[in-house]
Amino acid sequence: MEAPAEIRVVRCGGSRITFRKAVFTLDSKFLLCPSGDAIKVFSSSTEECVHVLQGHANLVTGIVLNPSNHLQVYSCSLDGTVKLWDFTDGILIKTYVVGPSIFSIHVSKKHDGVVFLVVPMASNKSQEVYQLVALHLPRSPGQEVEAKEMSAVICDISPLPRAISFGREGEYIASAKGVQLSVYFFRKQKEYRFSLKATDKKGAKNSFPCVSCHPEDDCIATGHADGKIRLWRNFNQKKEYTYSTEQWHHSAVAALTFSPQGTKLLSGGTESVLVQWHYGAVTKKDFLPRLGSAIEHISVSPDGALYCTSHRDNKVIVIQSSLKVSAIIQGLVTGDDVQTELLIDPRTKALVLNGKPGHLQFYSLHRDKQLYNLDIVQQEYIHESGLRQYGVMQAAFDSDGAWLATVEERAEEDGGVDVSLKLWAFSDAAHSFQLNTTIYMPHEGHICSMCFRDGGETTTLVTTGRDGHFKAWVLAEDTDTQGISSHWSCEFVGDYHLLTPSACCFSADGSLLAVSFREVVTVWRPGTWELLATFSQPPGDIRDLCFGRLGCSKFLLGTTTEGVLCCWNLLTCSVEWSTALDVILLQSDPLSDNMAAFSAAAGSTDLFVFKPSEPRPLYSQKAVSSGVVRRAVFAPHQEALQSCEESAQWLNRSRLYFLSDNMDLMTFSIKSEEDRILASSKQLVVDDSVALTPFCLLLGKHRQAQRNEQDPLCEQVAARTQLPQRSTAVRELLHTPAHVLPPASHLCTMFVNSLLVSKPGVRGAQESEEEDMESEKEEEMGESEEEMESRDAAGRPAIQNEAADGTASLSKGQERELRQIRKADFSWVSAALDC
Amino acid sequence: MGEFKVHRVRFFDYMPSGIRCMAFNQRTERLALARLDGTVEIFNFSDRYFQEKVIPGNDARSVEAICWVANRLFTTGLNGEITEYDLENLCPKYSVDAFGGPIWTVACNALGTHLAVGCEDGSVKLFEVLPEKIRFEKNLDRQKGRILSLSWHPSGTRIVAGSLDVINIFDVQSGHMMQRMLVDRGTVNSRTRECVVWSVFFLSDFTIISGDSSGKVQIWDSHTGTLNKAHLVSKWDVLALSLSQDESSLLAGTSEGTVVQFQFLSPTLGASEKEWVRTRTFKHHTHDVRAVAEIGTAVVSGGVDTQLVVRPLLDKVDVKSYDTGLRKIQFPHRPLVSCAAKAGLLLFQFPVQLELWRLGEGEGPGRPGHSLIVTRKPEKLLQLKRKGEDHICCSAISPCGSWVVYSTVSSIRLHRLQYDGSNISIAKVPRLPKVLRSAHQLCFSADSSRLFVASSRSTVHVIALSQSECKYLHTFKSSSGSTEPMHLLAASADGRWLAAANRACEVHVYNVRSRKPHCIVPLYGSCPTAMAIHPSTNNLLMVHADQLIFEYSIEEKQYTDWSRRVQKEGLHRLWLERDTPVTGVTFNPSNASQFLLHDTYMFCIVDQRLPLPDQKAQLYNQLTLKSLSEQDRKSYSHAFKFCKKYQPLLCVSVLEDQSVVVVERPLLDIATQLPAPVRQKKFAT
Repeated sequence: MEAPAEIRVVRCGGSRITFRKAVFTLDSKFLLCPSGDAIKVFSSSTEECVHVLQGHANLVTGIVLNPSNHLQVYSCSLDGTVKLWDFTDGILIKTYVVGPSIFSIHVSKKHDGVVFLVVPMASNKSQEVYQLVALHLPRSPGQEVEAKEMSAVICDISPLPRAISFGREGEYIASAKGVQLSVYFFRKQKEYRFSLKATDKKGAKNSFPCVSCHPEDDCIATGHADGKIRLWRNFNQKKEYTYSTEQWHHSAVAALTFSPQGTKLLSGGTESVLVQWHYGAVTKKDFLPRLGSAIEHISVSPDGALYCTSHRDNKVIVIQSSLKVSAIIQGLVTGDDVQTELLIDPRTKALVLNGKPGHLQFYSLHRDKQLYNLDIVQQEYIHESGLRQYGVMQAAFDSDGAWLATVEERAEEDGGVDVSLKLWAFSDAAHSFQLNTTIYMPHEGHICSMCFRDGGETTTLVTTGRDGHFKAWVLAEDTDTQGISSHWSCEFVGDYHLLTPSACCFSADGSLLAVSFREVVTVWRPGTWELLATFSQPPGDIRDLCFGRLGCSKFLLGTTTEGVLCCWNLLTCSVEWSTALDVILLQSDPLSDNMAAFSAAAGSTDLFVFKPSEPRPLYSQKAVSSGVVRRAVFAPHQEALQSCEESAQWLNRSRLYFLSDNMDLMTFSIKSEEDRILASSKQLVVDDSVALTPFCLLLGKHRQAQRNEQDPLCEQVAARTQLPQRSTAVRELLHTPAHVLPPASHLCTMFVNSLLVSKPGVRGAQESEEEDMESEKEEEMGESEEEMESRDAAGRPAIQNEAADGTASLSKGQERELRQIRKADFSWVSAALDC
Repeated sequence: MGEFKVHRVRFFDYMPSGIRCMAFNQRTERLALARLDGTVEIFNFSDRYFQEKVIPGNDARSVEAICWVANRLFTTGLNGEITEYDLENLCPKYSVDAFGGPIWTVACNALGTHLAVGCEDGSVKLFEVLPEKIRFEKNLDRQKGRILSLSWHPSGTRIVAGSLDVINIFDVQSGHMMQRMLVDRGTVNSRTRECVVWSVFFLSDFTIISGDSSGKVQIWDSHTGTLNKAHLVSKWDVLALSLSQDESSLLAGTSEGTVVQFQFLSPTLGASEKEWVRTRTFKHHTHDVRAVAEIGTAVVSGGVDTQLVVRPLLDKVDVKSYDTGLRKIQFPHRPLVSCAAKAGLLLFQFPVQLELWRLGEGEGPGRPGHSLIVTRKPEKLLQLKRKGEDHICCSAISPCGSWVVYSTVSSIRLHRLQYDGSNISIAKVPRLPKVLRSAHQLCFSADSSRLFVASSRSTVHVIALSQSECKYLHTFKSSSGSTEPMHLLAASADGRWLAAANRACEVHVYNVRSRKPHCIVPLYGSCPTAMAIHPSTNNLLMVHADQLIFEYSIEEKQYTDWSRRVQKEGLHRLWLERDTPVTGVTFNPSNASQFLLHDTYMFCIVDQRLPLPDQKAQLYNQLTLKSLSEQDRKSYSHAFKFCKKYQPLLCVSVLEDQSVVVVERPLLDIATQLPAPVRQKKFAT
């Protein structure tokens, strides 16, 4: 059985894909981005994540293509290993154990079997001093190899990879630190150092953040903190070196790269403008402005046709060399601060939180991809420090995701706030939220909390304000000249002894509303708005309120600022239990009666999971994260897990996500689940002859389903010959230019027919029986099979039962046939829906 | 150190003229520079960039191009003449009309045997350089469009000429055109405007480099007549190009005030194939850079903003020294102001006129550092326009204020001034002695009874002045036989001695009473920039271009003890590394051991009784001294006391009533009088 230690905190995606430069594969089809502990392989045309290369135990700090085999990639990590991957199949080939943390990796074609790593200098650990070392990779066959043969190349360098660059044909390596450029010539084994003045005369800041070498000429480009770009030449002599200076950027040049042919020089910085300089005619330059956020890295595909910029808001943009954006890969935007709670959109099951300034982002946790941004503030955000601008402070969904309430605030100069409450209705036609009502200044001052009433016949929103009131808002219909329209209006204003309300919470069925006023919890009946009961647990104000769910719905939980977690029984109106625990965050699982409480203790955060009915925690883990956890949410699993281990059962239906202190999205995972995912991911093999369009994926799944259907034992010659025909029909349809195709009405039936699965002809009973056995076997194998298959297997018992009840009169053979059809159809339709 | 009442004069509207062109003579290390008003100046770059000679301009003569042929200097101008200068008498020697309309450019071949000039009518004319004259030899094929730039191939067989929209290559032997290269007009300004090839260079490898009005520096192959590479340098014109001696570096001056350097480098290290690569950009000018020159270790540039900038190339120098600093030469290295100490009058010298001002008066005992209430404003008494077309080259006012004299290259005019506090009358003294034709320097004796005129061939004429007549007394001839012009004169207070310094660094001392040469001060390698004779001890105090100070006892015919001590101990490093030469020496009448020196950025009082500062001592130590106690001050104080309050200084002199006159010319005033520069986009405007 699994030990409790099998639950571990992992980065679950949503991690920065812009931490280091993205790397194009040789054919520019894929883009490799380091993402937390893993490397993601994206298709550069469709933005889809094709593989996730997992295996490092710490942050991945660099990726480079293997210069001797372009289908392999080296990666380095803070865990002190260099790994060699086959990225087309997503297989780890080799692990080189180096030892010290590695901060970046560089390779050159000339230096075969050698990788250059930036590691801290062993001599003085107290100061952050780094050196560049050449690591000779041992040629021993094992999977995991100790690689200790290192020789220092340059000492005292910057740990950032952008401060190091290989020169023409790997003859020399240039590195920049502070105001000093060092060039090391491998052949002569000689290092030249050139310094600029450190003084800030005339506003010049000469420190170099980045360096790039021309691939063919002996020219080194350096980007400076004051926005200048210097092109150094003649640097093989101490004195007669020369440089030219260009300037377009007004603040530091953060990224600088020559194209592989050396004809273009690309630079970027906080201006969010990609500047393309023409090498040789530097006064000529092209711009791609309005990229949304500061550029942190630029990389160029080996054929120079695609550029890729990594941005501060966790976005990777693929740009054609004609400076047209061709693809945007957006990761989870975690700015400096997330103001809203973490929410789960009930419709898409996406995580919702602050994204770009003034926006809410919808982030799919399953696909680790941003779905869309919803512009809440609907005002242009101005990039200027010190400007007071609207920010989204709170958001709430109702239970079925039909309504979204948002609160935006702007601090006024006189210390007051400008608040507006916006209510958004989900429009099925537009497939998005549309603004229904804007309530300007719903309260005099801040809004402390807000919640929707989940159950009940009318949708009600309750807000509590700093002005001592809580207000209930309902959807009211009013008739005006344009017809009947519905808007939100205030139904009830409540207060309690003029105390300031803080938290509010509806019970699961919507029959009770709990509002906390400092140390008092008041329970109200929505609709009639009568005060039913008050609880209090002095000393200390109430921080969080939460009703129990499902079997524990008679309990109300509250946490106080004085470090007490308290559970009241609503039936007896008494304290069921209480415990001294400084809970900073209380979160209930909507799908079970479990509660999660995060408590701060000595610089880290502990987690307790419990049922309200009993004070004993189901699961507790010390120090889940260093720093304070401010935001957490339970997100439902796509499919329930089957875990027998008691301490892991709370993770069966939902998954708990939280944001750590440095804005990393973390989650809890079980060993078995990880194994399953790892196993399933190994089966995905990319057919690189097919461009991965969404259509292609659809077709691929469809074809796979067919392939599964035709198991080796029941191969039918007819079906086999049919398959390529069908796909050629589709391919012809998709690849023929539109203007030479016959009318769509004519093609439609043909196309749809080609997609349908042909009804198998008369099958022998034996074949079916074998097939049945096969499918049973499949069921047994369960999770080891491909994901699609397993889901289907899980979904089947219900269908089976139904079939057994309703169609008892059918013969066994017919039933099987029916099931066969159902199974096949079901899988690809669901796949289509997924897409 | 002494307190002075200071007349702070800021009403001298001196306006330097913009720099039009320059030529550097590598052999003699002299830079010849022509200004927009036709003045030609020669700087000695081996002697601390000292402005050695000034040839005043002429209204009828403009200079468009300047060229050294060995040690001879030629200019051409819009009057269509080629002019050679007499560098000893500082005047034009002769002019030859080329009969082709205005001449825009002149170039000399490598051997120095021929001059080529480019004319308005599109012709390139060759002149043979003969001793003492030039002779027309032939015309090359005449083309349409004026010739604005010319360059000889180092072999002397080809000439490249830049014209409007086109660059032509001529064969010198036959005079026929060999190649015609069309220059793109560019899109920057408008396509309808002709592209002017402002400057062109013929390299020894038959590469041609041109700079044009569409802002391009273009590199051509002269064999095929094809464009190899175009560098867009400026949005406006590239006005000047300059090639280094070894053809490895090229400078381009633009209308935006930048100087762009190109270097002939190999793109890959160690390879022999090279190409021109744009490297550094210098921006020291606010206006058009009309002239650039590369002098090996430094970039020299000048333009409409009137200053000559010497920017050292730090990769070419080995040690940090005087030469490694950036230098801006804005003001002439000779006094333009003369002061009548007794009368309290100031005479300002402009190129075309003289102005006479009476100093104002202040009231009451003021506190140090504070300004007095002005009771009488300074007043312009007189504006004296020069006669003829020549510009004034020197002028003087007598200490008593009753004589004003000025000289152009062609004549000397002496005026008698009568001023009684309210009325002023001026009368030209008629019938000057015949010997007085032109002067390089003028000086009155202390009692205003003698006028000393430094004239051609290092002679000094002595004229006796009296109410009734002006009588020629004597001519001191140079005993050394030097013919270099005298540029400094100093008369002793008692009227006995006259010291005269010439450009050959010789300082002659004459006895005026006995009318005999007294002695020659031992020759020193650097040119004296200022000198004066002490009123009581009759010691001659000289300051040289390399900032060294000498004191010479005329009576004993030897250096004084103080001077020997200065030579032995050496002067402070900071003193020696100062930017501008000392242009004035005066003595403190109240303290015989003190004298005042001034350059453009400071004036200082030197006390000969105090110890000299040693190398480790703080040179500018007034602030430190202030904070010390009386006893400590003694041990820390040294001979030099500086005042940097007044900048830039054109003149410092002491009046009879112990007050000091400082004449300032603020740079901002000059900048506001300049024409507007070309429009440039400035960030965040």
